[in-house]
Amino acid sequence: MGYRFQFQVIWENWDLLLAGVGLTLQLSALAIVLGLLVGIVGALCRTSGNRYVSLLAAAYVEAIRNTPFLVQLLFIFFGISSSGPRLGSTLAALLALTINFGAYATEIIRAGIQSIDHSQIEAGMSLGLNRRQVFRLVVLKPAIANIYSALTSQMVLLLLLSSVVSQISAKELTFMGNFLRSRTFRDFEVYFALALIYVALALGFKLLAQLCHRRLFTFTRYI
Amino acid sequence: MRDFSHLDIVFALLWAARWTLLLSSIAFVCGGLAGFLLMLMRISPFRFLKYLSWGYLEIVQGTPLLIQFLLAFFGLSILGIDISPWMSATLALTTFTSAILGDIWRGAVESIPTGQWEASKALSMTYFQQLGLVILPQALKRSIAPTVGFLAQVIKGTSLASAIGFVELARSATNITNVTFEPFFVYFVTAVVYFGICFPISIASRQLEKSLTY
Repeated sequence: MGYRFQFQVIWENWDLLLAGVGLTLQLSALAIVLGLLVGIVGALCRTSGNRYVSLLAAAYVEAIRNTPFLVQLLFIFFGISSSGPRLGSTLAALLALTINFGAYATEIIRAGIQSIDHSQIEAGMSLGLNRRQVFRLVVLKPAIANIYSALTSQMVLLLLLSSVVSQISAKELTFMGNFLRSRTFRDFEVYFALALIYVALALGFKLLAQLCHRRLFTFTRYI
Repeated sequence: MRDFSHLDIVFALLWAARWTLLLSSIAFVCGGLAGFLLMLMRISPFRFLKYLSWGYLEIVQGTPLLIQFLLAFFGLSILGIDISPWMSATLALTTFTSAILGDIWRGAVESIPTGQWEASKALSMTYFQQLGLVILPQALKRSIAPTVGFLAQVIKGTSLASAIGFVELARSATNITNVTFEPFFVYFVTAVVYFGICFPISIASRQLEKSLTY
């Protein structure tokens, strides 16, 4: 198989790939922040006790979880743009990623809210904490600790999922890779490098999440 | 030259879903077989096999499925063989499925209390007797619900095969849009078809989880 690997293509175009990594990280970070907001609202709707509001949030979650992200993306980019405001590819990508992450975040945060037993709140009250202290120390912090690993692995999935937005020409890492490949015909080298970059990004994020966990939730070591 | 009615579009999309179903079932079966081997490696006492299986999982989980498809299609051309979209889509999805299924099943096996291993060893069973007669039957029950749930993920994953020119449901939708210029309707119906396939599976998984836990 006399194939000569020519990885210099990657080194020569590192600025292109770096720009791609930049947009990938920006898109993921924004989608995570906005998606968490959506998730908090969704989870509050799910646990609100109002039947219709709860059902609406459940329908949103199920609709997103049971359809492929690619179809959601194409629907938002082509479908909505054809009969409404024209969205740029980056904006459509951000919107699709946010809606997608929001649905998963809704489920995770709902689980977090429901993981706090009511007796915990009563115990906090009887220790003389006021309502805000109870919410912050007895409800919020343990709830976040409970869902922390689920939430961070969902974030890693989002980071990897963002590669799909290359399909609507949002200029993130995979798009840059496709561009480079079509210019240089170094198929294997380019995609191999992309795979390595994604692995590095995912691992880096996981390590960061672990470090944060150690600093934030010191109390979990004593439970 | 004839026009597409909305009904034509719906039927064309439903008909295209057969490739999605076929690809996901092939990948699920192949991935299941490979995943079983990966699980055996992961729980084996041999360090080397353990780390090999673990490394495989980490790499597959750390790369986007789309990149796996692209690598399997464009990247494998360095071998000098003409690889078809069918083959590379199957290969990429099998890689993905085997890693995740292997991990799901490893979790199920490791959740069986070690007392079961010890008790069966005390009955002088061999390693494979312990595994086949005592551990796996119990682990099977625990792994059914997540395995079924993962099937929905595989079906959703097949949509990315459209990126390498494999004509399944998502790709057909794009093709039909290019003819009819009705992206809103076409992609909506596509989403509904995917939902129609995946939602019952998700429900089944949840029901199984309820009925199989004690």
